[in-house]
Amino acid sequence: MSAHQPLIDVHDLERTFVVRRKVAGRRRRTREHVVAVHDLTFSVEAGEMVGYIGANGAGKSTTIKMLTGILVPTGGHVRVAGLDPSRDRVKLARRIGVVFGQRSTLWWDLPLRDSFELLQKMYRIPLPRYRENLERYVELLDLSAQLDTPVRQLSLGQRMRGDITAALLHDPEVLYLDEPTIGLDVVSKGRLREFLRSLNTERGTTLILTTHDLQDIEALCDRVIVIDQGTSVYDGSLAGLHVQGGSTRTLVVDLVDEAAPIDVVGATVRKVEGPRQWLSFPSESSAAPIVAAVAASYDVADLSIQEPEIEEVIRDLYARGRRS
Amino acid sequence: MVEHVGTYGHIAWLWIRAAWQYPTSFVLLAVGNGLITGLDFVGLWIMFSHLERLAGFSLHEVALLYGSASLALGIADTVIGSVERIGTYIRTGRLDQMLTKPVPLLVQVCADQFTLRRLGRITQAAVVFGWACTYVEWTPLRAIVALSMILSGAVVFFGLFVGFSSIQFWTIDATEFANAFTYGGATVTQYPLSIFPKEVLVALTFVIPVAFVNWYPCLYLLGRTDPAGMPEAFQFVSPLAAVLSVALALLVWRSGVRHYTSTGS
Amino acid sequence: MLYVAVATRAFRRYSTYRAATLSGIFTNSVFGIIYSYAYLALWQANPTAGGYDAQDAVTYVWIGQALLMTIALWGGGSTDDLAERIRTGDIAIDIYRPVGIVGWYLATDLGRAAFHLLTRGIGPTLVGFVLFGISLPSSPLIAGAFALSLVLAIVVSFAIRFLVASTAFWLLDQSGVKVMSGAFAIFFSGLMLPLVLFPGWLGTVARTLPWASYVQVPADIWLGKRADLASALGFQVFWAVVLLAACHGVLHLAMRKVVVQGG
Repeated sequence: MSAHQPLIDVHDLERTFVVRRKVAGRRRRTREHVVAVHDLTFSVEAGEMVGYIGANGAGKSTTIKMLTGILVPTGGHVRVAGLDPSRDRVKLARRIGVVFGQRSTLWWDLPLRDSFELLQKMYRIPLPRYRENLERYVELLDLSAQLDTPVRQLSLGQRMRGDITAALLHDPEVLYLDEPTIGLDVVSKGRLREFLRSLNTERGTTLILTTHDLQDIEALCDRVIVIDQGTSVYDGSLAGLHVQGGSTRTLVVDLVDEAAPIDVVGATVRKVEGPRQWLSFPSESSAAPIVAAVAASYDVADLSIQEPEIEEVIRDLYARGRRS
Repeated sequence: MVEHVGTYGHIAWLWIRAAWQYPTSFVLLAVGNGLITGLDFVGLWIMFSHLERLAGFSLHEVALLYGSASLALGIADTVIGSVERIGTYIRTGRLDQMLTKPVPLLVQVCADQFTLRRLGRITQAAVVFGWACTYVEWTPLRAIVALSMILSGAVVFFGLFVGFSSIQFWTIDATEFANAFTYGGATVTQYPLSIFPKEVLVALTFVIPVAFVNWYPCLYLLGRTDPAGMPEAFQFVSPLAAVLSVALALLVWRSGVRHYTSTGS
Repeated sequence: MLYVAVATRAFRRYSTYRAATLSGIFTNSVFGIIYSYAYLALWQANPTAGGYDAQDAVTYVWIGQALLMTIALWGGGSTDDLAERIRTGDIAIDIYRPVGIVGWYLATDLGRAAFHLLTRGIGPTLVGFVLFGISLPSSPLIAGAFALSLVLAIVVSFAIRFLVASTAFWLLDQSGVKVMSGAFAIFFSGLMLPLVLFPGWLGTVARTLPWASYVQVPADIWLGKRADLASALGFQVFWAVVLLAACHGVLHLAMRKVVVQGG
């Protein structure tokens, strides 16, 4: 019996690029070594939903490329489903699905249905399973009316749903999603998130989500890896991220009349604008006692609670990571 | 290997089916392709209105050379599909997507946007070749050589185009450089190679082996002695040249893909 | 002055493609070599075909290769930008600019042509001279006439390419028409085979078509075959004027279509 192997195993991963850049004052272009990813270590078990966040240029897409075999690492070790992605590219491709947010994987000039059929041939999906999956995803993602439309005539949302169907027809074990909700309207985003959640709970598909949309992360991921300047600065639960960030929640109080800044235990007033005041308190604390205290001592017309901005949390993390 | 051909076939068939949704457009493109490539032969015909023999070869003989080369090129052209556009695929990110599919990259690139438009050229070349064949004194061995010539010729061209298109994995700027060898090689096969000095013929035999596409086999079909005194054996080894050409091309291709995945874009 | 600026900018844009330009010169030279040997074989069998001798014929090959990119014989040049802007709809903005569209693209194309002349024009010519000893213009008058003929060839070629690109207004995509136009250009310009060889009615027709301005007319001037320089140049001027007028006409028609459909 071999030791248990995680589905995705990344160890001390490194990727350096040689870039030819024109430097002012020199005639020939100088060669520079740019380290895109370094000392990256993490592992993902089957069935997890992981959010992979980072600023542009932080190394997100480079990591995904190495995980899918498009790019060979310059150092370190990566195994997905026990396979070396760059060496066993074709074998691994059968077991993964990839959705690129910016570029469609579908064939532009062909009707949607034909794109799916092409994939059935390429992945050699047995016809009964293909038809079953096609029917299921077309219904879940509401694509039945679009099946005969050429892909180039589809709306962004329809195309994205088509891309996701395309990535799932062969029942992959891992689904990589790169910016899947970009450009979608609020309603579509919500529906897509629901779909992805059910995919994970019902079929156990492992999801790796790289995104800038932090609401995607909040809605979908229990685990978050934050990558900055090529390496991981945080790897843990979403809740933990808030704690780490020392983030605060905000209680917005609308008093009946203007008053001096509210004074209650456990909260500090940050801003006053007429009868409205903003109080901040630590995320881990419950809002209830603070609300009770305020309501007891003041005439309150209305109250609301603002969740912390993840951007703030992340920004904090980056700043701390760079300082250390 | 066989499964790859199967996958290629499936993909190609889907493209044909999609194109067939627009039958008029399809026919027009094919006819257009036939007419355009036919202009090459019109050029040769015009040439022969001024002379009886070109470098010692009559119109029928030159037509045999032209027809067989054009046929081989048309077949190769149809099979290699979009290989010359590798640079565009890299630039648009499409290549990366292809790398995430469980099908060898070369199969995907060749099958992408498969079109039967080249049937125009193939038909036109077949007509010219067929006409030229009526002037050949046939024997069973000559028939075999003729068939092997067309097939081997197609494979040689296939290797030529795939091999040189692979340069785009390293640099897109130098695509024009490749054209000198791919399209230059194709142009050269329209003429009897005796128009060239021996050094050029040697290069076309051992470096860019297009002389094996039609020149050497046709010498046998026409019962002619080699004007440059090359070994008679060359007239029968086109299949060998084909195998070598495609093997080399696949090596270069694989090397190109490795370079691409190792350096990123 | 604006047009000079536009042309200069185009020149500079093309000059950044160094590797492509060098490879291009190489390719032109390879084809020059191939066709030189083909023509040598032809003229050996018929030493006075079309009124040329072998030296004339080989010189003709290299002039053709030199002109190929300069006049963008196969298509391309600034008119590809035009076709793209038509496809994306950006052309609607151009129409409201105070600068004439035809003039704008012509200036751009001339800038590009100047660059290609200096590189893929002169390059192969030098190679041809070194390898095959091609003949040069026999007098300053002829050289000057050739220069003029060259500019006219570029203008005629531009006009035809402009018309081809304009089909995008109706067909959305110029590529089909572009391929056909390129094939016709190769055949009827005399690049594939000098028009002087075309027999009978085919030859007569070919020599009156605008494509004859591309290679045959400038080459004949260079070779000293046209004692009637004025009528040779006049032929090119005629087509330049007629085709440029056609460009304006087509643009006018297209504009009406664009305005009516709302862009």
